[in-house]
Amino acid sequence: MSDLAWILISSLLVNNFTLTLFLGLCPFFGVSKRIDTAVRLGVANLFVLVLTALCVWFLNRFILPAAPFLRLITFIIVIASLVQVVEMAIKKWSPVLFRALGIYLPLITTNCAILALAIFQTNRGYTLAQGLAFAVGAGLGLTLALALMASIRVRLDVADVPALARGLGIALMIASCLSLAFMGFAGLGAA
Amino acid sequence: MSEAPATFDDVLRGLWKENPVLVQMLGLCPTLAVTNSVVNGLVMSLATAFVLIASNVFVAALKRFIPNQVRITSYVLIIATFVTIADMTLEALVPTVHKQLGAFVGLIIVNCIILGRAEAFASKVTVVRALLDGIGMSVGFAIALLLMSGVREMLGNGSFLGFNLLGPQFEPWVIMVLPPGGFLTLGLIMLAMGWHAERKKRLAKAAA
Amino acid sequence: MHGAPGAAAPAPTTPAATAPHTGTPSWRLLTVLGAGGALAGGLIVTAYLATVQRITAHKAALVVGAVREVLKAPARWDTLYLVGGKLTKQAPTGPGAQSVERVFLGYDAADKTLGAAITAGEPGFADVVSLIFGLDPGTGALLGVKVLGHKETPGLGDKIERPTFLQQFVGALTPLKGVKTKGADKSEVQTITGATITSRTVIRIVNNATARWQPLLQAYRQEGSR
Repeated sequence: MSDLAWILISSLLVNNFTLTLFLGLCPFFGVSKRIDTAVRLGVANLFVLVLTALCVWFLNRFILPAAPFLRLITFIIVIASLVQVVEMAIKKWSPVLFRALGIYLPLITTNCAILALAIFQTNRGYTLAQGLAFAVGAGLGLTLALALMASIRVRLDVADVPALARGLGIALMIASCLSLAFMGFAGLGAA
Repeated sequence: MSEAPATFDDVLRGLWKENPVLVQMLGLCPTLAVTNSVVNGLVMSLATAFVLIASNVFVAALKRFIPNQVRITSYVLIIATFVTIADMTLEALVPTVHKQLGAFVGLIIVNCIILGRAEAFASKVTVVRALLDGIGMSVGFAIALLLMSGVREMLGNGSFLGFNLLGPQFEPWVIMVLPPGGFLTLGLIMLAMGWHAERKKRLAKAAA
Repeated sequence: MHGAPGAAAPAPTTPAATAPHTGTPSWRLLTVLGAGGALAGGLIVTAYLATVQRITAHKAALVVGAVREVLKAPARWDTLYLVGGKLTKQAPTGPGAQSVERVFLGYDAADKTLGAAITAGEPGFADVVSLIFGLDPGTGALLGVKVLGHKETPGLGDKIERPTFLQQFVGALTPLKGVKTKGADKSEVQTITGATITSRTVIRIVNNATARWQPLLQAYRQEGSR
């Protein structure tokens, strides 16, 4: 399997950001129980991830070699700015989407998945193409996990969940089952 | 509220009643990711404690100079500075553990506990109270990590802190040190806490 | 002090824009951020200077240890860089110099070539398996293999780190073949039960890297030059 294809499949399924790497859990457990909102949030994350991969590549290539110790600070500032820009863009072009996403947009800044993407991309020394493939796979993986969780929680709303498990308890048990299922993708792409 | 005196409650609050992970449900990412062994959990709680206490103290000390509009940016800057320092220190002192913690040391920046405490508490109180709060929340975080990693390493590896405790006959439940095991362990802990809360409610109702 | 009401939830809000607001002029905002940035920078640089030596020393020691292990204690080695499709002793400069691929050519005490230490990595069962191995470019025989990093399943895939598995590679002839039971053929390597994919990954990495670097190394040898 080609290098780029493997990076995409790996970050999408085998090493899913949410279910295997434990990133982006705040929206995963907190996001609304509606599938369409979950998918929209996932796509917003995907957009921010791709832009982040682009900026991180640029920073690593041209600016950070002069001051490697400023890496983390630069990353978080760039991410915060990107989210601000994306938020303004969505507000301008689709006020409906903006209203639907509400509080979740600014929260993308503290979504550990974005910063983790920047750190992983740096540690692995990805080229621009590899970084973009990584970001697309990660974003789609996040969206997939969010959609799965949302669709299960829609059913959970009308199920008889015991009082002690309501909220995070049952959500974690479900996540454990999803994660177990995703383990089945291991070995995908290895010859 | 900002001029209220420092009390011991500022420390005790973070230990159980307002435990950042188990009650406030913040900082779940590192709680699940680095608890596959006790050593990793302990080093992570030390690093987080350093950042949390330092950022609480600095935010409380500098709150008069930070204009309202840029306060979140300032907090993030302060937190990111201490995380960078912690990252470099860990890499110099314990390189093997640092490698295992991987990206999660850097991810302390976006750990909701730290930014949350800075915004909700440290920016409104004296330095002493912020310091105590930081200590309390750090210990609470460490308690949660220790609980998680103790269970996961014991069942998934038969050891605690690397010392084999369950003997050679024990067939380790490898799943516990893998991602599903992390979700499962935290889920069971949450179920236990939910059961405890429900029981308290029942007893209170029965007494009423 | 803080004019804003204290009803803040733990969830943070977006970093506020630095446009002029009623009360705080933007020059003040910029000064605060600038001063904060300078202070932060100062702290970080101090910590960096205090730790950079230990970190680089440790990283170098890891490389030295790995090369020594797979080349079986060479007396010295040269670092060869892959520049323009050829191996050269000249270290490259400029942006991207850090990411130029390199191999280490080891010599024994009598200045005879022991072999080349090559790092390579490819996707395994869970994630990339990276390793370093020693190769005699003339005969295609292996001197040793060391696993540098992996994320394989504990208890199964991580058995590739065991000496019983890695010992098979010493003296083995490339291209390697993975088999269930090892025979007399010097290029056979026995795969680990329950970790076939991971074992095959190690074999595949060695084969692919050898196919790639052996011709380059032989060309370098033929030039003979320094």
